Amino acid sequence: MNKGTLLRWYRTMMRIRVFEETVNEKFLAGEIPGFVHLYVGQEAVATAICDLLNESDYITSTHRGHGHAIAKGADMKRMMAELYGRETGYCKGKGGSMHIADFRIGMLGANGVVGGGINIAVGAALAGKLLDNGRIAVSFFGDGASNRGTFHEGINMAAIWKLPVIFVCENNQWSSTTFYRNSTAVEDIAVRASAYGIPGLIADGNDVFDVYEKADEAVKRARKGGGPSLLEVKTYRVKGHFIGDPEKYRRREEIMEQLENNDPIKRFVQRVTDENLLSSEELTQVDQEVVEEVKNAVEFAQNSPFPDSSQAYEDLFVEDGVQ
Amino acid sequence: MREVTFAEATLEAMREEMARDSRVFIMGEDIASQGGIFGQFKGLADQFGLERVRDTPISETAIVGAGIGAALGGLIPVIDMHFADFLGVAMDEVLNQMSKIRYMFGGQANLPLVLRAPDGVTRSGAAQHSQSLEAIFMHIPGTKIVAPSNAEDAKGLLKAAIRDPNPVIYFEHKDLFRRKGQVPDGEHITPIGKARVTREGDSLTVVSYSRMFTEVEAACQQLGDEVEGKVELIDLRTIVPMDVETILASVRKTHRLLIVHEAVKRGGVGAEISAVVAEKAVEYLDAPIVRIGAKPYPIPFSPPLEREIVPQVDEIISAIRGLLNARI
Repeated sequence: MNKGTLLRWYRTMMRIRVFEETVNEKFLAGEIPGFVHLYVGQEAVATAICDLLNESDYITSTHRGHGHAIAKGADMKRMMAELYGRETGYCKGKGGSMHIADFRIGMLGANGVVGGGINIAVGAALAGKLLDNGRIAVSFFGDGASNRGTFHEGINMAAIWKLPVIFVCENNQWSSTTFYRNSTAVEDIAVRASAYGIPGLIADGNDVFDVYEKADEAVKRARKGGGPSLLEVKTYRVKGHFIGDPEKYRRREEIMEQLENNDPIKRFVQRVTDENLLSSEELTQVDQEVVEEVKNAVEFAQNSPFPDSSQAYEDLFVEDGVQ
Repeated sequence: MREVTFAEATLEAMREEMARDSRVFIMGEDIASQGGIFGQFKGLADQFGLERVRDTPISETAIVGAGIGAALGGLIPVIDMHFADFLGVAMDEVLNQMSKIRYMFGGQANLPLVLRAPDGVTRSGAAQHSQSLEAIFMHIPGTKIVAPSNAEDAKGLLKAAIRDPNPVIYFEHKDLFRRKGQVPDGEHITPIGKARVTREGDSLTVVSYSRMFTEVEAACQQLGDEVEGKVELIDLRTIVPMDVETILASVRKTHRLLIVHEAVKRGGVGAEISAVVAEKAVEYLDAPIVRIGAKPYPIPFSPPLEREIVPQVDEIISAIRGLLNARI
C-alpha cells in the first residue's frame, strides 16, 4: 500500500472515531435527541470497503450507520446537523441518527430496521446491471440481520441474477443485547454463502489491511459480472447497543480486552509504525486536522436553526413532478 | 373508443409505458413465462425481453425491497404482487421503507414505484386470496393508492401510476380482469386524485370504487326510475390522495351519503369518508351516513358463506331505498 492510501485509511478511521466519540459526549450532554448507535471499534470495515468503491457506487447501511456514511464521503457537518435535528442536516432534521442518507454519493440510507437495507442494495445493483452503468452495490448489515428473511431472499435473488452486489456482514458479536452464538446456528456466518452458490469470505474486521484484501476480491468479482459475494467481517462492538445501554449482558473485562488488544486504529498505528510506513508526525497531523474538522461540524450543527414547523409538511410526495 | 377487457387495458398501459421509457420494467412471480395468472402480462416478455419482464423467486420481501433499490438506482419498477394478500409478506418494505424513504431522508430521493396488487373476491379464493386491503395501506402516509373500476381507468390510472414519481399501490380487482369496457383510442391518462361523477342526482350521493362500484351501478339499473335524477354516483378511483372536494360538493347538494366497498366495513375507507363528511359538512346531512362493507370476518370459501360476508347488490338496493326515504 502506498503512503497516500495508508494516510487516507487512517484519516477515515479517525474521522469516524472522533465523530462517534464526540456524538457520545454531546448526546450525554443532552444536545442530541433520539436513539444513537455508535460504530466505534468497527471503523476498519467501512473504511476499507468504501475505499474500494467509486462515488457513484451504492451502499446501504444500518441503524449503526455513521461510519458507513463518513467512509462513503458524507459531509460530517451535515451529518452532525442531522443528529442535532437541524434544518441544515442531510434530511433537514426529518431523519436523525438512524436515517442519514446522501443520495449524491450513492449512500442510500441508514436503516432503522435490521436487515432493511439488504434488498435495497440488491435492487440498486439490478439497476446498475440493467442500466449498464458499471455501478455496484454494497450492503452493510450485522450478525443479527443475517437471521432475517431479507438476508435469505436478497442473497438468493442476487445470486440467481448474478447481480453486482457485496453482502458485508459485520459480525460484531452482539445482536442488540444477545450474543450472536445464542441467536445464530453457525459460528461463521460466511458459511451460509454455500447455500446460495456464491463465495463466502471471512476477514479480520479489525485489520483494515485484511478487510481491504478480502473485499477487493468481492468487488472485482462484482465488477467483472461474476455476481455477489458474502463477506463476513469479524469485529466487536465496544460500545453499548445504543448510547445509554446499561450493558448488563456482558462482562466489562471482555470489552477491556478488545479495547486493549484489538482496537482497529491501535492495530493500524502499530503496524505502520513498526514497518516504518508512516511517521508519528504524519499521524499526529491527521489527528489534529480531524479533531478540528469534527469541532467545526459540531459548531455548524449548534449554530444551525431548527426547521420551521411548516417543514413537517414538506417532502412526503414529489408534487407536480413528471417522471 | 374500443372495447377491451380490463386485463387487456392494463396490458396496453404496460406496453405503451415500456415503449415510451426504457427505464420502466416489471418483475414478479409467473409473469414472463406464464404471462401472469390473469393474463395481464401476456406477450410482454416477447416484446421487451426477459431483462425487463422478470420472473422472480417467490420472495415478496426481496421483490419489493429490490424494487425500491432499483427505483433509487434510476429505474421505474412495476412490481406484481401476484395477490394483494401477499403484500403482508413484504409489509416491512411497504410500511417502513417504501412509504418512508422520501420523507425520512428529507426529500433527497424520488421513489417511482408501482405495486400492482390484484385484490378482492373471485371464484371462491377463500381467506388468503380474496382480501381488499386498501384501508390498511391508506393508514400509512407516503404511498398513493388507486383502485380502478373499469377498463378505461385501469389503463389510465396504471399509466398515471407509472409516470408518478411517488410510490403507488395499484389495486386491481381480480373479478374485473375479464370484464370488457370502452377504452379511448390513443394516449389516455386518468389523473391520480380525481374522482368521477358518473351519474348526477339531487337526493343521495353514493361513493364507491373498484368492483363494488359496478355493483352499485347494477343496483341503480335495477332501481331504474326510482333513482333517476336522484342518485349521484361517484367512482372514487383514487383512495390516496382522496378527492374530498368532489364528495363534499355532492353531499352539500344531495344531503345524504352512502359509501359502498368490498373491504371490511370496520376501519375502512368508508369510515374515513364518513368522518371527513361529518367534520366538514355535517350540517348538510338530512339522514345518517350509511356504510356498506364486508362483515368483519375472513372471507370464507363456500359460495353461500362468501356471499354472506361480502356486500351484495340487494343490500345496496335496500340501502339506497332506505336513504331516499330517510329523514332525520
